[in-house]
Amino acid sequence: MELEAGLKTKIQEQIQTKDVFLFMKGNPDFPMCGFSSTASAILKQCGVEFGHCNVLEDEDIREGIKAYSNWPTIPQLYIKNEFVGGCDIMKEMAESGELLELLNTRGIKIEIK
Amino acid sequence: MTIEQVKLENLLKEKFPDANILVKDLVGDNNHYSVTIESKVFNDLNRVQQHQLVYQSLDGLMDSELHAMQLQTKGI
Repeated sequence: MELEAGLKTKIQEQIQTKDVFLFMKGNPDFPMCGFSSTASAILKQCGVEFGHCNVLEDEDIREGIKAYSNWPTIPQLYIKNEFVGGCDIMKEMAESGELLELLNTRGIKIEIK
Repeated sequence: MTIEQVKLENLLKEKFPDANILVKDLVGDNNHYSVTIESKVFNDLNRVQQHQLVYQSLDGLMDSELHAMQLQTKGI
């Protein structure tokens, strides 16, 4: 799918609003899908502040983000404008400690709970 | 939409002939799978690239016939 320029800009601007940004179904307090729930729980556990976009509220972004990241599923995590991965990768990185390491090296404040 | 386990396995085997592939139907509904793939083609790729390669090989199935797939990839 070709990504229309206006939509691309809209996605880019969203990602830039926070150092850590999650595209998900639902919101961190009321995730609407198991994978999105896991993803936001991982970030909460890291004690990191993150922005989110509920793709269920925006059909353009829901489809657009798949083309933007070349990634067919939601959730999707961005750290400092860089695509980190989906739920499985987040889980692996959280378990191995790589996620905290990445947040650290990117200079992002974490408060482990 | 669903996909049979055998069909998913065969598709992956066809795209990754050298790989060790393990497909599990997590719920028994042909719609929630756990997939582990170990292949040499992943050796020089990072995790995002590895998963992208698998998604590409599934040719749009992720959007239509396959609702949920837990994916683990590894080089050999």
